[in-house]
Amino acid sequence: MTEHDHIVSAFSHEIEELRTKILRMGGLTEQLLADAVAALDSRDAERAAAVIVADRRVDALQSEIDEEAIRTLARRQPMAIDLREIIAVIRIGSDLERIGDLAKNIAKRVAAIGAERHSARFGRGLGHLAGLVLAQLKDVLDAYARRDAAAAVTVRNRDGEIDALYNSLFRELLTYMMEDPRTITMSTHLLFCAKNIERIGDHATNIAETVHYVVSGEPLREPRPKDDSHNFARVPYPADPAP
Amino acid sequence: MSVHETALPAAPSPGLPIDEKVAIRNLSFFYGDAKVLKDISVPLYRGKVTAFIGPSGCGKSTLLRVLNRIYALYPNQRAEGEVLLDGEDILDPSLDVNLLRARIGMVFQKPTPFPMSIYDNVAFGIRLYERLPAAELEDRVAAALTRAALWDEVKDKLRMSGIGLSGGQQQRLCIARTIAVSPEVILFDEPCSALDPISTARIEELIDELKADYTIAIVTHNMQQAARTSDYTAFMYLGDLVEFGETSRIFTHPHERRTEDYITGRFG
Repeated sequence: MTEHDHIVSAFSHEIEELRTKILRMGGLTEQLLADAVAALDSRDAERAAAVIVADRRVDALQSEIDEEAIRTLARRQPMAIDLREIIAVIRIGSDLERIGDLAKNIAKRVAAIGAERHSARFGRGLGHLAGLVLAQLKDVLDAYARRDAAAAVTVRNRDGEIDALYNSLFRELLTYMMEDPRTITMSTHLLFCAKNIERIGDHATNIAETVHYVVSGEPLREPRPKDDSHNFARVPYPADPAP
Repeated sequence: MSVHETALPAAPSPGLPIDEKVAIRNLSFFYGDAKVLKDISVPLYRGKVTAFIGPSGCGKSTLLRVLNRIYALYPNQRAEGEVLLDGEDILDPSLDVNLLRARIGMVFQKPTPFPMSIYDNVAFGIRLYERLPAAELEDRVAAALTRAALWDEVKDKLRMSGIGLSGGQQQRLCIARTIAVSPEVILFDEPCSALDPISTARIEELIDELKADYTIAIVTHNMQQAARTSDYTAFMYLGDLVEFGETSRIFTHPHERRTEDYITGRFG
């Protein structure tokens, strides 16, 4: 952001350290999501169990980051860009922690579904959704690493695509359940998995907004893009403000 | 972005007019041939606290010295431009500086109690400008000490020397002396740099209370203090006004690189 280093070099070092930990945490969560989706696709209970264990490292990293960020706030009283960096670390850390939990939840469902097969077409849809979300996660972490506000906005504006795909998966699963009530248990698990992946996309969007804030100092004010044209899964609410 | 574009931020809440109690316009200042303030334009808004920050030698203390014309005590110092107090140019040579200093009071870095009693320290300024009956004078002194949050600590020893008070009490005594003559503007030049954190907090609390009735300017090296106490912040560097704006913005999202480098401790 600014090419000058702090006069107190330990301060620059602390901020860099925190950023590095966020990126490490980001890498871990990407891996968790990829592994959870792969385990779901191949019904691989062992791989799913590994995801559940690995999520602990994400949680541990988050508490480490939180503690260090709070310590830095107390000791250095950061201002301006430094203040925004520290706030971002705390926010992104909490988004990544949630992403880890959601991936873990997918992994837990692998065991619940067991060996029961679902349609290959549906599997492809879920795989596609996961692919989109993984790309979002990767791109937003890159934007954070490069302090690239424009790239972050691009990520944010792509979230509508994920919502649209999730809605079509939702509809598809409803169809299966109506056609054959015996699939309800499995379909519900899969629906939760799809929802988890969609939620991870939302957290990537949060991170994108945080990156924009760090770099520019301004929050993103325009409302998030929503795919409302055929939003089947969205629950209408009378008091919903017009977008 | 030029300084002049940032110099006039929008009113904090629309509908509530903020007006310029003091308008500094194109002010330059010279010590002999050295130009130490370069064409500064900045407002002091009525009933607000404006902080001036910047590294040593940036001209912020000089600016305060211009505002009540203390510089006129020294030879070879001159100011160009305008400093309008309610529209009236205080640089006008025909202006009575004693009356000006009653309207624009100043509190210095080191407490400057006079070697006289606590009571007389506060009464001193009042006696310069007004002839009051003893009872009324007593009331004025008590009111000023109360306003300066010192009354409870000194009310039983008003005849004791002001020098015997602690540093923080001395500083509040000086504030009481300043308030006693009912100024409109109070200038604080590093008012807490010689004080411990508790006394500093008391002074900051006092500044917060005083702004209801006075327009305040504060020069401080302590960035957190500027962030805590002021509504507007002006960053100065080498005699230039680099950036002026609402304090909440300056400390979270300054527009100028030099401001950012300074407040984040990156200045080379």
